[in-house]
Amino acid sequence: MRRRLLIVIMTMIAAGFAAPAMGQEPAPSDDQVNEIAGDLYCPVCPNTPLDVCETLACSEWREQIREQIASGMSESEITDYFVEQYGERVLAKPRRSGFSLVLWILPLVGVGVGLIALGGVLRTWRREQEPEAANTADDSAVSAEMRQRIEEELRNLS
Amino acid sequence: MIAEIGFVALSVAFALTVYATAVSAWGGWREQPVWVQSARSAVLLTAGLLTLSVGTLIYSLQISDFSIAYVAENSNLAMPSYLRVSALWGGQAGSLLFWAWLMSCFVAAVLVGKWDRDRDLMPYFISVATLTTGFFIGVTLFISNPFTRLWLVPGADELTIALFSPAGAMLYSLPDGNGLNPLLRHFGMIFHPPTTYLGFTGFVVPYAFAMSALISGRARDDRWIRTSRRWTLVAWVFLSVGLLLGGRWAYDVLGWGGFWGWDPVENAMLLPWLTGTAFLHSVMITERRGMLKVWSVLLIVLTYSLALFGTFITRSGVISSVHAFGTTALGPAFFIFIGVTFLATMGLLVKRLELMRSDHEMESFLSREAAFLLQNVVFLAITFVVFLGTVFPLLSELFTGDKVTVGPPYFKATAGPLFAVLLLLMGVAPLIAWRKQVAARLGDQLRIPVVASVVLTAIWGYMYESPWVAYPALWLVVFATLAILVEFWKGIRSRTSQGENPVAAFNSLITRNRRRYGGYFVHLAVIMIGMGFIGEAFFQQQTQGTLAQGESLHMAGYTVRFDNLRQYIGPDGRQVTDATTSVLKDGQLLATLHPRQDFFAEHGQRVTAPDAYSTFGGDVYVILIGWDNIGTGGSTFKVYYNPLIAWTWIGAFVLIGGTLVAMWPQAAGRTQRTYVLKPVSQGPRLGTGGAAS
Amino acid sequence: MQERLPVGTRSRLRTLVGFSSILALLGLLALLGWGLRQTHAAQPDDGMAPGFTLTSFDGETTSLEELRGKVVIINFWASWCIPCRAEADDLEAMSRKYADDVVFIGVDYADTEKGALKFIEEYGITYFNGPDLGTRIASEYRIKSVPETFYVGKNGELQGLRIGPLSPGELEFKILELLDDR
Repeated sequence: MRRRLLIVIMTMIAAGFAAPAMGQEPAPSDDQVNEIAGDLYCPVCPNTPLDVCETLACSEWREQIREQIASGMSESEITDYFVEQYGERVLAKPRRSGFSLVLWILPLVGVGVGLIALGGVLRTWRREQEPEAANTADDSAVSAEMRQRIEEELRNLS
Repeated sequence: MIAEIGFVALSVAFALTVYATAVSAWGGWREQPVWVQSARSAVLLTAGLLTLSVGTLIYSLQISDFSIAYVAENSNLAMPSYLRVSALWGGQAGSLLFWAWLMSCFVAAVLVGKWDRDRDLMPYFISVATLTTGFFIGVTLFISNPFTRLWLVPGADELTIALFSPAGAMLYSLPDGNGLNPLLRHFGMIFHPPTTYLGFTGFVVPYAFAMSALISGRARDDRWIRTSRRWTLVAWVFLSVGLLLGGRWAYDVLGWGGFWGWDPVENAMLLPWLTGTAFLHSVMITERRGMLKVWSVLLIVLTYSLALFGTFITRSGVISSVHAFGTTALGPAFFIFIGVTFLATMGLLVKRLELMRSDHEMESFLSREAAFLLQNVVFLAITFVVFLGTVFPLLSELFTGDKVTVGPPYFKATAGPLFAVLLLLMGVAPLIAWRKQVAARLGDQLRIPVVASVVLTAIWGYMYESPWVAYPALWLVVFATLAILVEFWKGIRSRTSQGENPVAAFNSLITRNRRRYGGYFVHLAVIMIGMGFIGEAFFQQQTQGTLAQGESLHMAGYTVRFDNLRQYIGPDGRQVTDATTSVLKDGQLLATLHPRQDFFAEHGQRVTAPDAYSTFGGDVYVILIGWDNIGTGGSTFKVYYNPLIAWTWIGAFVLIGGTLVAMWPQAAGRTQRTYVLKPVSQGPRLGTGGAAS
Repeated sequence: MQERLPVGTRSRLRTLVGFSSILALLGLLALLGWGLRQTHAAQPDDGMAPGFTLTSFDGETTSLEELRGKVVIINFWASWCIPCRAEADDLEAMSRKYADDVVFIGVDYADTEKGALKFIEEYGITYFNGPDLGTRIASEYRIKSVPETFYVGKNGELQGLRIGPLSPGELEFKILELLDDR
């Protein structure tokens, strides 16, 4: 499968990498940055998490996160800032509010409906079988007890 | 000249599929077998012609005929010949041809041998299957043709791409081609597309059978379901392996530390796998008990529809993905095709489902049948969740104008617990008897696995600290594994007690009941694959740092030391930056790893090639992220510790092995014993009878 | 017997299930069809320019509606975009030259504020520039990449667009054409 890359991104890649910040004061570590960037998506590349995205733009965003951490912003503040700047698509995990709530509620509804349908179907089938058993027993040469015994023994065989 | 042969073969194949579709349906409708015979010959010929067509394209790639646009775009002189073969599916046009060829081969394979066993269904089977094949051939022929050539029209400053020579034009052959997309130059990409395509196209066989049963109205006969099961198993195993190879490719090439990113295209491949797996289980009830026929048919149809849906997503660019082929004219053509297919299928289902009503009887909620049904519901729930997450960006854009991303955390949170239920069922369900299970006896059987797995998990939890969700996940893995192993052990013991030696007992146990024990092997394989996912979800560790030569990163007890960085030009012109790193544990050198970055100037593309030190316990996975000027500054590395991931790849082999065991024909003369005493009543029934779902 | 669902209810249930599945299928097809149209839809290059309000990096706010009667050049850019650098000088020069008749609006697409300000300083950009919050303007104009430049006539209608960097002289040629147009 061909990986589609926007022209933008190619030009961004060609620019190489931003040198890691080597500040005097102890800058937030790469791990701290990645922890936050891992829950975000690159705003301009299709479906690429920000912590692994290799474009120049992404390394600038990571630097921005580093500065934001250094300035004392919390993870949720940084995330909110990203959403405000670039829209909700930067979130790896959609919010549990607004229209995205649908995404969280529907699976529960789906599982519920599935289980109810399953229960209903099983119940119906169990009931259907009872009158039928009585029905076939009448015209069968084998008595009901006899069949029950045979079935019991067969079951024990398995 | 060669390309023209391929083109002519493709055109004739297209005409033949159109012919076969029409004539076969006519023959079925008027009950004139001679037409069906003729359609069959057309299908066999189509497969032959497409083989020729594919052959000419491969040949053109091998001889580097750069006057063919496809060859020029997807290969170059520097490529070794195995990559030239894989260039067949490296681009849009070639992959469509390849797809059509595989599909025609599947259809042809059904028609050789005992093809008239399902005489009633064959006419419509051929019709439906060739209609689908014809669509793919048509798309290859009319929209994305791999045989177009490059022409130089005097006075024009650009080359013209056309099949036939424009007026006054000269054939133009480029000195060298573009070369295959750098990301695809990996062994996983050589095998991943063919196996995945085999999986996708293979589903056409059960689908066409199901449709023919619905059209002909002769669905009461069960044999076609059995035939379908076998073909589904073939498609299923290819799709499974295709998914895993794709994962391996992502792990080795994309350099993000994982193997499954829940990207829309990956999800699109997973969806038919989920419903296909559900079908392989529900069909067992259909075969054993004659129940759930309607349900099984629905699952077949759903599987194939999801395969088409996945193809549509991949090829139309409707949902943005890292894997998409980009926007082309294919989108509308595919849309019309899936629209017509879905609506026709649905219409037929609604109209004809009554015909397939089967008798249902359920003795107990605690029975194998009930467990299978619950399993089916869970599989469908996962399918629903994955589907929802995949189309949700589109849905949200439609209703709110804002695209949202649905990433791995969502799928892990929703599908994860459902997969956990499946693991539990995998352990328990095989122990439950058909028809009715006595609860106390089930409890007896489960005692050993439950107790042992709880103890093992507790010991493990005492030794390693981890998030609380990890404990139930691990317990499930251990429990399901033990439950299956106990099954093996019981079978072997009952034989050794009769004097067989254990190895012979194991052998005869499996050969006596291939389907059952093959299934257990597949279950074990799935558990192994699941271990990789669990490791990634709960225990993955990562760290990143910029190192000067001789400095190290420390993680999970391992030390990764940066030794050296060098740059050179690779054989195909890539600029390689190669870091030498050492993996150490307790001061002992375990491995020397070479994470790389390759830059392909002609594509303007950078490929990060990680390197990993792999053990059964976990992989140390090193990525070279960046570097300052050689020798002067530091290089940045990202190191992942990916626990248990090796089991995923081992699981792939076990899965293939298990499926082979299950598919191997049972020794002649042995038939499955079934314990149904009561004859299935065909006469009038009280009430409306049991309609499924 | 008495416990079973009445025949009527069951067949009604079946009709309901069948009906809702068909509806769901049609809904899905509609969604996919809409998505397909979205991916195939061309970028707007005529008709009324989609309106927007933009707050600049300096905190000033302007909207396209306010600028009716003037020629407006909307330039989408980002600091990480290499081709954007090629056209930056030309854009600035033109904005100075035609300061009285043409309004230049720089829309900074998916960018870091720090990078954007550095870019503006580096090229001495004086015309109106602001971040495209939530990339809403970009999606209105369906931009596929940066840079892209849209020309808006005095009547507020789009008069064409340029995908990719402007070549030297191209911008001035277009401006003269638009100014000429009543």
